[in-house]
Amino acid sequence: MSTVETPPRVQQPRPSPPARVRPRRTWRRALRRDWQLYSLAVLPLVFFLIFRYLPMIGNVIAFRRYQPGGALFGEYWVGLHYFKMFWSDPTFWRVFTNTLVIGGLTLLFIFPMPIVLALLLNEVRSRFFKRFVQTISYMPHFLSIVVVAGIILQMVAMDGAVNQAVKAIGQDPISFIQQPGWFRPIYITSEMWQTVGWGTILYLAALTTVDNELYEQARVDGANRWRQTWHVTLPGIRPTMMTLLILNIGMFMAVGFEKILLLYNPLTYPTADVISTYVYRVGVVSGSFSYAAAIGLFESIIGLVLVFSANAISRRTVGTGLW
Amino acid sequence: MVTVQAPKARPRGIRPSRGYRVFQAVNGVVLTGVVLVTLYPFVNIVARSFSGEQYIRSGQVNLWPKGFNLTTYKTVMSDSMFWTNYRNTIVYTVVATAISIVLTTCYAYVLSKKDLKGRGILVGIAVFTMFFHGGLIPNYVLVSQLGMRNTIWAIVLPNAINVFNLLVMKAFFESLPVELEEAAAVDGLNTYQILLRIVLPLSKAVIATMVLFYAVSFWNSWFSAFLYMDKLERFPVTVYLRNLISSATGGSDVTTASDVALQVGANIVAVTIVLTMLPIMLVYPFIQRYFVSGVMLGAVKG
Repeated sequence: MSTVETPPRVQQPRPSPPARVRPRRTWRRALRRDWQLYSLAVLPLVFFLIFRYLPMIGNVIAFRRYQPGGALFGEYWVGLHYFKMFWSDPTFWRVFTNTLVIGGLTLLFIFPMPIVLALLLNEVRSRFFKRFVQTISYMPHFLSIVVVAGIILQMVAMDGAVNQAVKAIGQDPISFIQQPGWFRPIYITSEMWQTVGWGTILYLAALTTVDNELYEQARVDGANRWRQTWHVTLPGIRPTMMTLLILNIGMFMAVGFEKILLLYNPLTYPTADVISTYVYRVGVVSGSFSYAAAIGLFESIIGLVLVFSANAISRRTVGTGLW
Repeated sequence: MVTVQAPKARPRGIRPSRGYRVFQAVNGVVLTGVVLVTLYPFVNIVARSFSGEQYIRSGQVNLWPKGFNLTTYKTVMSDSMFWTNYRNTIVYTVVATAISIVLTTCYAYVLSKKDLKGRGILVGIAVFTMFFHGGLIPNYVLVSQLGMRNTIWAIVLPNAINVFNLLVMKAFFESLPVELEEAAAVDGLNTYQILLRIVLPLSKAVIATMVLFYAVSFWNSWFSAFLYMDKLERFPVTVYLRNLISSATGGSDVTTASDVALQVGANIVAVTIVLTMLPIMLVYPFIQRYFVSGVMLGAVKG
C-alpha cells in the first residue's frame, strides 16, 4: 500500500496523455504487489505438484526397473522392455478388448439415455410431477459405489429379486454373478440405473435456454411436436451433447474401474476384466510395478489422444469443443 | 381429479392434438416406470434387512419383509469393528473436507483475480490434471514412499482438491462485485483480511455447497482406504461393507465360492448396506438442490 503513487490532485489542464499507459507487468512488480495473493496459492500448488504432477513423472518407472522399497523412480533403464512385454501378453489383449467392448457399450447405451429422459421430462407439464421424478432419479448417484455394488449383488443373487422373476416365468434360477455372459448386461443395466437421472441435469438446463420463438416459428411453418423436437430442440442442446460426448470419449478407457473391481470375480474375468483392473492386479496385488505402470501409461495416453481428437473433430464439424 | 385445472397458458387456437395427448399419457406412464425401477432396489434391500435369513434364502423376500425382526440390526450394531469403522468414516470425512475446503477456497480465490499475472498458468496447472493423470501405480508408489500407508493422510491428501469444485468456486468468486473488495482495500485491509472479512461472509452459500460436495464424496469413498490400509481398525465403513460383500459372494476364491456364500448371511449384508447409506439418505432431500445448482454453475462457467 505504501508504494502507491499519489494521484495528481492539482487540477491542471493536462496535455491529455493516452489515458495513462498501463505499466508493463513484470513478474517482479506483480510479485511485489500481489505477494499476499500468490502466497494463498502456495499450498494448493504444492498439492498439485506432489499428488498430480509427481505421479505423471513417476511414470518413468514404466521405462525403468522398479523394486518395491527401492528408489522412487526405479533402479535402472530398461527402455521399452515392459511395453514389449504386454504387447506379447495374451491377457493384456483380452483386457484391452474387454475395455473397448465395455467402453463402447457404455457410450452406446449410457450416453443417449439422459438425453431421452431429459426430453421426456421436458414435456411434463405438472411441475410437481417433474420435480418428483427428478428427485427420485438422482438418488442412486449419491450412494457409495460399494453400496451400489452391494445392492446389485443382492438383486442378482440366487435368492435375489431378479431370480424371483426368473422363477416366476418358470425358469431355473441363474447364478448371474458367476457367469461371464451375464457380466456386461448387469454392468450396463446397473450403470444406467445409477447415472441416468443425474445425467439429465445438464440437458435440462440446456433445454431451458432454447429460444421459445424458434418453436413459434416452427409451429407457424406447420411442424408437429416430433419435427419441433428434431429441428429445434435437438440442435438447441447440441453444444451440451457434444461437450458431454467428448468427456465421455475421454473416459472411454477408464470404464467404471471401481465398480468392476467390486463386481467381478475370477469366473467372470473373461468378459469383465479391463485394463485398469488388470493394472491393479499386476501392480498392487502381484507387485510388478514397472510392468503395471507401462500398461497404465499406455491406457492414459490413449485416453488423452481420444479427448484431443474428439475435441478436434467436434470443433471442425459442429464448431463446439471443450477448448 | 374432479376439479378440472385450467389449461396452462398456451397459444390460443392451438389445442394439443389428439396424438400429443396420447403422448402425454404414455410419457407419464414411462416416467412413473422410471421412478418405480429406481426405487425398487432400495425397497428390496430394506425389506431384506428386516427379514429372517431363511425367508431370504428361499427367495421369498421382495417388497415387504418376511419374518420381520430386528435381530440382524442388533447383530451388526453389536459388532464393535462396525462402529470403529463407522467412526473412522466420520473422522476421515470431517478432516478431509476441512482440508479440501481450505485449499480449494484459497486457490479458487487466486484464480478469480482476472488481472493477476500468471493466472492463466495457474488455471492450466489445475485443468490439465482433468485430462491426464499419473495413473494408479505411480500414485500407489508415491503414497507408499511418503510413508502414508495406514494413516489418515493417504485418504485425505491425494484427493484434497477436486478441479471441478475448484472451477465452481472460481466462477462464484468471479461473480462477486469487484467494487466491494476495492473499497475494502482502500480502507486498508490486506488480501487476507479481504478474503476473511469480505469475501467469505458473502460466499456462505457456495462454501456450504462445496462442503456437501466434498463431504459426500469422502463419505462414499472406499478405494484409497482399500488400497493403502491393511489394518482392520483403520478401515472406513465402506471397506467394512466391501469385505462383507466379497466374503458373501465368494470374492476372489473360485473353488469355495458357493460354500463361502453361506458364511455371511444375506440379511447381514442388507443391514450393513442400509446402515451405510442411511446418513446420505437422511440428508439427501436437503442437499440435492445444492448439488444440482453447483453442477450447473460448474457447467456454465467451467
